[in-house]
Amino acid sequence: MGSIAKLVAQRLTLGLLILFIVSVFITFVIEFLPGDACQALMGQSAMADTLEACRQEMGLNRPPHLRYWDWISGMLTGDMGHSLANDRPIADLLANRTGNTFFLAGLAALVTVPLSIVLGMLAALFRNRGFDRSINVVTLTFISFPEFFVAYLLIYFLAVQAGWFPGISNISGSDISLWEWTYRTILPAATLTLVVTAHMMRMTRAAIVNVLASPYIETAELKGLGRWRVIARHAMPNALSPIINVVAINLAWLIVGVVVVETVFVYPGIGQLLVESMSKRDMPVVQAGSMIFAAVYVLLNLAADIIAIMTNPRLMHPR
Amino acid sequence: MNNDLEKLKKQYECGSISRRRFLQQVAAVGGIGALHAMGVPGALSTARAAGPSMGGNIRIGVGSGSTTDSLDPATINSTFMQIVNYGLRNNLTEVAPNGELVPELCESWDASPDARIWTFKLRQGVEFHNGKTLDAKDVVASINHHRGEDSESSAKSILAPVTDVRADGKNTVVVELREGNADFPFLMSDYHIVIMPVTKDGLDVESGVGTGGYILQDFTPGTRTSMKRNPNYWKEGTAWFDAAEVLAIKDSTSRTNALATGEIDVMNRVQLSTASRIDGRSGMRIEETSGNQHVTMPMHTDKDPFSNNHVRLALKHAIDRQEVLDKVLNGHGYLGNDHPLGRANPFLADGLEQRTYDPDKAKHHLKKAGMDSLKVRLHTSDAAFQGAVDASVLFQQHAKRAGIDIDVKRASSDGYWSEVWLKEPFCVAYWGGRPTADWMFSAGYAADAAWNATNWKNERFNELMKSARAELDRPKRQEMYTEMQQLLKDEGGVIVPVFLNYVMGLQDKVQHGQMAANWDLDGLKCIERWWMA
Repeated sequence: MGSIAKLVAQRLTLGLLILFIVSVFITFVIEFLPGDACQALMGQSAMADTLEACRQEMGLNRPPHLRYWDWISGMLTGDMGHSLANDRPIADLLANRTGNTFFLAGLAALVTVPLSIVLGMLAALFRNRGFDRSINVVTLTFISFPEFFVAYLLIYFLAVQAGWFPGISNISGSDISLWEWTYRTILPAATLTLVVTAHMMRMTRAAIVNVLASPYIETAELKGLGRWRVIARHAMPNALSPIINVVAINLAWLIVGVVVVETVFVYPGIGQLLVESMSKRDMPVVQAGSMIFAAVYVLLNLAADIIAIMTNPRLMHPR
Repeated sequence: MNNDLEKLKKQYECGSISRRRFLQQVAAVGGIGALHAMGVPGALSTARAAGPSMGGNIRIGVGSGSTTDSLDPATINSTFMQIVNYGLRNNLTEVAPNGELVPELCESWDASPDARIWTFKLRQGVEFHNGKTLDAKDVVASINHHRGEDSESSAKSILAPVTDVRADGKNTVVVELREGNADFPFLMSDYHIVIMPVTKDGLDVESGVGTGGYILQDFTPGTRTSMKRNPNYWKEGTAWFDAAEVLAIKDSTSRTNALATGEIDVMNRVQLSTASRIDGRSGMRIEETSGNQHVTMPMHTDKDPFSNNHVRLALKHAIDRQEVLDKVLNGHGYLGNDHPLGRANPFLADGLEQRTYDPDKAKHHLKKAGMDSLKVRLHTSDAAFQGAVDASVLFQQHAKRAGIDIDVKRASSDGYWSEVWLKEPFCVAYWGGRPTADWMFSAGYAADAAWNATNWKNERFNELMKSARAELDRPKRQEMYTEMQQLLKDEGGVIVPVFLNYVMGLQDKVQHGQMAANWDLDGLKCIERWWMA
């Protein structure tokens, strides 16, 4: 157990370093973009003297490394700062939207992870037969379509034609119930499910098929065990490590990569916020959002490694 | 008019337009009465206007709104915030649906004979949402909010000529200008210059408290704003809905989906290519108004080759406006005449000859400029308007026939207004238009205009602008404005190929009276003017 604690400590330190590098990188990439927050805010109606007044107020006249220093020292004391554009506290801006994004990702993951693992096991069980082929064709078809197209297909059939679901996810009313929230999130979650299932399903199948060639599986089969039991009880535990990794990557994607789905369904998540803040050059918001995204990757990867170790006795009790 | 009617009648009878659309168009050319005479069967049977009634919630999906929005009117520049702002707050004056200026929070206004000192008598007994009674101090502070050295307000420039704003007693506000401006009351209807209450902490610009027909409930920037009717609203015959909700839906396909699935009742900026599909669905309809928003292609008149007026005229003759209107706008607009005044502008000159596509004339002007051929670069981006890139490529094809080689350079939408507009000598841009001639000219075409995108400095034009501004006699002003439009058309540095209609999608249950054309969504006042059937 001690080795795991050490690993976690090591990886968290490394994670902090990564966050720091990301923050520096983002700051200077934004500096290279044309225009600044004031120009982006005023757009076509910008004028020299209002621009000057705006820059003065936002402190954009100061050199970037000083602004970065202000930001990071605030961040380290837990103060994310204020949005340049509307002066709202960034913590408030993010809190709500981060919650929305995690809810959507969670709902999608709740369906996708069990579904794709079971499908992967079934595909391994019936490998190279009709079921395997057809499940592959279907999931690969959906992963090959652009997400917005899958989204439009769902909207067209389930919202416009059948009228079962709303065409957009208007969830920002303050008095919305959990059931209503879930109902209004079903279509975007279904889109995400269709888009990510193939990856996890095929990895599960491949990992199991790989293990099935081992001598101990042959033994199990010769003992006369049922085929499903061989896969679920004997093959699966040894195939877990790659599956866990691919699940972690997909979970991370469900959180950070859903901007297109958010836009199509007008779902007020963090991706939309980040894209808008980027186009408005609202540096502190972009920074804070990127930190969340980077942290999601770091933590999920860490979790994947730890679970992979814990499920593998050879790594758990090294000799 | 009769030609228009005949054409519409034919389209209706052969089924190429719906009954609803037919009626709208007929109404647009002012011919409902003529329909009976022409004998169009069935057209009028269900065309009855039910009177407005209280009740219902309206949900409006607009194609703008950003997480960076704020309720401070100084920073407002998107349709989302504009209609929210007009729902919550009032101005001193208001542009009525017929385009006339009427008093809103003032009862009347008066000018000194030189149009330099303006006196506004305030309406009495008007209450803000927080219970405070409106008085002159609120008005003075609200106007001053946009003035001063460190103001970041978009209205700073239009208030620049103001030298003094003062309260004269509780119910009178006096504004002094550096020089006469006959349109000053018009400026007071601008969506930036809304009246907010003074509290003990100063002017309250952030909370959304105003004197408007709706009280702010919930404001989530870039997502949603909800408000409920102000039971205390002073304006008679408006604010019919119990509650209003404005949703930011930037993707036009999503906006259309939301309307089609009944998630919203109204959408703006309908995708022009799918407008007819919405009109064809049962339960909803398309409506449009012809306002002042227009496409511009400014040329820097102080840079070669555009410094030669013949080159500019050659380019003006080298674009087929009709084809741009038909193919890029699907007909949802009208032809421009190389000056920026549109149909919703009271000073639009009606005698000017429409400029047409004429490659020979273009060649003729090139020759006069001493050239056989011309090569120019046109910067474009869909940031300018939906279809700007297509329009530019069409222009390229048109100009070829006149011996002009246009190099279409596509720029990224991101940063277009800061990096390309006003900087490149020839580009595609867009103006929302302005309610008065003086406002439009002094914003974009005067020698010292903040956005003089053509760097045009025409002495006669600037003289006329000055004298027209202080002229209180309407026919005399019209005469001067007509000459200015002619000057712009023949010597100015801008190509105005087309004006863009405001195209909206409405559920059938949403009703309205005459629709204002000065801005989108009934002059941005749909929340207080419309009702549910």
